[in-house]
Amino acid sequence: MDLSSVLGLGQTALELGLICSLTVLALFLSYSMLNVCDLSTDGCFTLGAAVGAVVAVSGHPLLSIPAAMLAGVCSGFVTALLQTKLGINSLLAGIIVNTALYSVNIAVMGGSSLVNMNKTETIFTMVRDLLEGTPLAGQSKLVVAVLAVALVVAFLTFFLNTRLGLSIRATGDNQDMVRASSINPAFTTIVGLCIANAFTALSGCLLGQSQKSMEVNLGQGMVTIALASLLIGSTILGRGGILIRAIGMVVGSFLFRLVYAVALRLDMPSFMLRLVSSVIVVLAISGPYLREQWPTISRRLHYKKQTAVKGGD
Amino acid sequence: MLKLNGISKTFNPGTVNEKKALEGLSLHLEPGDFATIVGSNGAGKTTMFNAVAGAFYVDKGSVILGGEDVTFKPEFRRSRELGRLFQDPMRGTAPHMTIEENLALAYLRTSKHQYAFFSRTTKAEKKLFRDRLALLDMGLEDRMSQPVGLLSGGQRQALTLLMSTLVPPKLLMLDEHTAALDPATAEKVLQLTRDIVAEYHITTMMVTHNMHQALEMGNRTLMMDGGRIVLDLKGKERQGLTVSGLLEKFRTGAGKALDNDRILLSE
Repeated sequence: MDLSSVLGLGQTALELGLICSLTVLALFLSYSMLNVCDLSTDGCFTLGAAVGAVVAVSGHPLLSIPAAMLAGVCSGFVTALLQTKLGINSLLAGIIVNTALYSVNIAVMGGSSLVNMNKTETIFTMVRDLLEGTPLAGQSKLVVAVLAVALVVAFLTFFLNTRLGLSIRATGDNQDMVRASSINPAFTTIVGLCIANAFTALSGCLLGQSQKSMEVNLGQGMVTIALASLLIGSTILGRGGILIRAIGMVVGSFLFRLVYAVALRLDMPSFMLRLVSSVIVVLAISGPYLREQWPTISRRLHYKKQTAVKGGD
Repeated sequence: MLKLNGISKTFNPGTVNEKKALEGLSLHLEPGDFATIVGSNGAGKTTMFNAVAGAFYVDKGSVILGGEDVTFKPEFRRSRELGRLFQDPMRGTAPHMTIEENLALAYLRTSKHQYAFFSRTTKAEKKLFRDRLALLDMGLEDRMSQPVGLLSGGQRQALTLLMSTLVPPKLLMLDEHTAALDPATAEKVLQLTRDIVAEYHITTMMVTHNMHQALEMGNRTLMMDGGRIVLDLKGKERQGLTVSGLLEKFRTGAGKALDNDRILLSE
């Protein structure tokens, strides 16, 4: 591998990692803060991409960003409503919305499962034109991604330290206490999921536009990939204030993509991505658990061996 | 301050598990009253607290708090005026958030400012939290950025007490809040309770299984049995009453012998 190909590898991992880290940040809000595993993430990611693509194709690249985010808010609102007001288990609520979104997404894409943006003006082509002649020329993907991630991280750092943000964090920690602070936990769950899904949709919108095409399965497996990145990130930078933890999410996302890119270079077929991300999630969650259990397990095995010997007399 | 007018609550009505937890219970607490509540398990003490807090709506009767009819006011709205501590020190605080963040959240309880949701903890508030923590005399004021999960049970209970009285509530409900603590820590938390309640003249109800505490703390003692208040002692009648006198009164009040070891043992 020569230097330029290594750099190219890093560049791709960085761009992809940054864009997908918006979904990781969304899960940081819903999974780490609200303690809700939002399984509608896959569908919402695609929804953002679909809305973004359709709006961009119709000639409004700037509008595509808020439109996609608004679609994400709606999706998050429905998921939250199902679990807070209609008595549906939170995992099931996510799965239901995810399933429904498949139909919604194809409807948004006008009945087709593919939108081509090869000749469409997107947010990336706009920035590319803006950057022409500057030292950053040709880095439009990176510039857009860095900007979006910086804004979202700044927002989360501010928001999660406001009173509303604190109540959202407490909702995942101790619901009794939230109620005792005269805040409705249903309300904090709804607000949290709306914001989280806005970021997920933004992530999908940017990925679709950067790839200049989107298809209806774009978001499939996203929740596991994002969860893997989240777990990597919180292993590296899991302690400290919100800012540090949020940066950890972005680092986790980048590292995940980097490892994946290297694995691809080492001839791992690209269809292995989802298996790899699943294995990472399993290891990251079960690892600490097994480490905790290990003394008991080893003692039990040892004990059995001893009694088996003793059993002879 | 608190009026309960003939409240009743039946759980699982019409099933084999039907349980009449409250049966036409009435109570009137004057502002500044500190009532201790005793009664065997299942007498309805915690159910009464839940009814006041709004964990469920009562089947019959009404709940008046500070002159306002709150019978059908949802729990999270009522909590603006209420402070409540449970036996379990873990229930009142968020373990993964720092001491300061927990206090900030408790402080939000009463802020009625329209944009309070998006406000952040100010320097003045931080100073207030620090000063109040220092009063606990547990060194917590120097650990404000540590997660609450690192504190001991006693420290967490003291913090919860501080959080529920940071802005004095109309009514403070203490549900055996020292029962899970070791004797020395329990005494410390009780002393804090006395000090804080006296300083802000908070109307208070405290469930206890300790008969000495029941007579020694506060100005009223209520005894509950079968979902009713069977004995309401105050003033001269309460003064000079001994533990055995209290038990005697309970026997005549409830019309039966005490069968609860827990009450007898804590004489």
